[in-house]
Amino acid sequence: MTDKANLSRRHFLTAATAVTGGVGIAAAAVPFVASFRPSARAQALGAPVEVDISKVEPGAMIRVEWRGRVIMIVHRTADMLGRLAGLEDVLADPASINSEQPTYAINEYRSVRPEILVVEGVCTHLACAPTPRFEVAPADLGADWQGGFYCPCHGSKFDLAGRVYSGVPAPTNLRIPPHSFLTESTLLIGAETGVS
Amino acid sequence: MATIQHDVVNRLGRNFSALTSWIDERFPMTKLIKEHATEYYASKNFNFWYGFGVLATVVLVLQIVTGILLTMNYKPSAAEAFASVEYIMRDVDWGWLIRYLHSTGASAFFIVVYLHMFRAMMYGSYKKPRELIWLIGMAIYLCMMAEGFFGYLLPWGNMSYWGAQVIVSLFGAVPVIGEGLAEWIRGDFYISDITLNRFFAFHVIAVPLMLVLLVVVHIMALHEVGSNNPDGIEIKERKGPDGVPLDGVAFHPYHTTKDLVIILVFAILFSAVVFFAPEMGGYFLEHANFDPANTLQTPEHIAPVWYFTPFYAILRAVPNKLLGVVLMGLAVVLPIFLPWLDRCKVKSIRYRGWIFKVALWTFVFSFLFLGYLGLQPVSDTFTMLARVFTFTYFSFFVLMPFYTSWEKPKPVPDRVT
Repeated sequence: MTDKANLSRRHFLTAATAVTGGVGIAAAAVPFVASFRPSARAQALGAPVEVDISKVEPGAMIRVEWRGRVIMIVHRTADMLGRLAGLEDVLADPASINSEQPTYAINEYRSVRPEILVVEGVCTHLACAPTPRFEVAPADLGADWQGGFYCPCHGSKFDLAGRVYSGVPAPTNLRIPPHSFLTESTLLIGAETGVS
Repeated sequence: MATIQHDVVNRLGRNFSALTSWIDERFPMTKLIKEHATEYYASKNFNFWYGFGVLATVVLVLQIVTGILLTMNYKPSAAEAFASVEYIMRDVDWGWLIRYLHSTGASAFFIVVYLHMFRAMMYGSYKKPRELIWLIGMAIYLCMMAEGFFGYLLPWGNMSYWGAQVIVSLFGAVPVIGEGLAEWIRGDFYISDITLNRFFAFHVIAVPLMLVLLVVVHIMALHEVGSNNPDGIEIKERKGPDGVPLDGVAFHPYHTTKDLVIILVFAILFSAVVFFAPEMGGYFLEHANFDPANTLQTPEHIAPVWYFTPFYAILRAVPNKLLGVVLMGLAVVLPIFLPWLDRCKVKSIRYRGWIFKVALWTFVFSFLFLGYLGLQPVSDTFTMLARVFTFTYFSFFVLMPFYTSWEKPKPVPDRVT
């Protein structure tokens, strides 16, 4: 035994314990951070929902809830579908290139069946709820308004296929959730296949 | 009789000093009192602007005490939260008072801290050697913002709900990981019971712990370098033969007694709001928040509480979502860099050139006007104005290294005036 401290041993001990302890802390942080994620129950409650759309008249809209979001289901008339053409110049993303939707909704109507629009009622700007404004050229939205959705929070505008107008705060088109038709009149929202 | 009384007093005095030294051998009580009160010397020319620090501490204590009392009756669950707040308001003895003290206290905290920060900018208190005090102070401010944001969801009113929705989805603007990050923060696919429960945990324990710790560190750093003063002179540079700064007086009893008056005046004004205008016309407690949270129905017009609106106006002024979020974040953190952006050696506005005076008042006006705009519904004129004032707000910081080097300050006196 010597009275003098062996500095190289101290350094080795410090480094070794720091590294081992650091790995331990990093490993312990994984469950702590992971506990913030949606729990098993939250994920189960976020399962797909089945909707009967047989009673939605042409020109009418219903709202259903999936994962706490409003899903708007619009039964578009032939006239409403006709108004979608010719808006390309005033839209930010007319071909839905930068927007979020399943591949089967990348088309001019952004839908599986042209007349049935299934779209999230969540503004892509800051998640407010856009209001349906299907009338043409109302006083407050101007003579060019061809019907669509208007977000009262920050003034974003979307057409009848949920496509965003340019020059508004919302960056992309309204999101289309995954969905599929189980039968002629039954819609499954949240998944392409299977039952709820 | 007289001798007996005298004897009792003597014995009490001896016992007291015996107790003091018993403690001092085990804990540095007398040392701490000397360092932070009776032998802490602060400038004798403090004006009322030097009262906001102590007021912030008083409000913090008030928030902690009323907050603890509120948690005894509040239920952090989506099904029960709104009703439990109404229960506190109607059925708990004096519950309305405790809640109004807490809600008014939140706004008072920000008013007091904004004035405290303005004082620091006016008298150059962020400059060398007090940079660290300013940094710790900014950390306190960020904690307060987090505290205000988390607390605002707890009443589970419709404005609470949609305000949280808007702020959490700001994180969704981050490229690639954004959506996952927002989900991680919420713990669900939307603002739900789970989100409310974790915001409660942040609001009542995580953030307050940090806040209290940072306040202690803030005061320790202040007492190490010493307080600034309205003349921006370092009083420690001129000391008497006893080692006491010539322009300094002991914090206790001189500044403490003055602070008591300030606290009393504040308490009178504060009580007036609590008793006669706790909602403050919808600015302290927003009208839409008297409806319970509705996941399917946005309030007609979403605005955060007044103390966040300057930043909210900046967010709305930018037509690009990601850029809007980035600029808003920058607007919050830019003041952190003030000690290094300001190149002028002179601290106090009393001896600074006209350029800084113009810049500072432009900044204050921009901040207040942005705050007003953030409360208004969107319109073309207001968006245009918000862009103009966003520009002046940022110019104050970005151009500061230039205009403060050109500035021609007046001579600074040796002693405080």
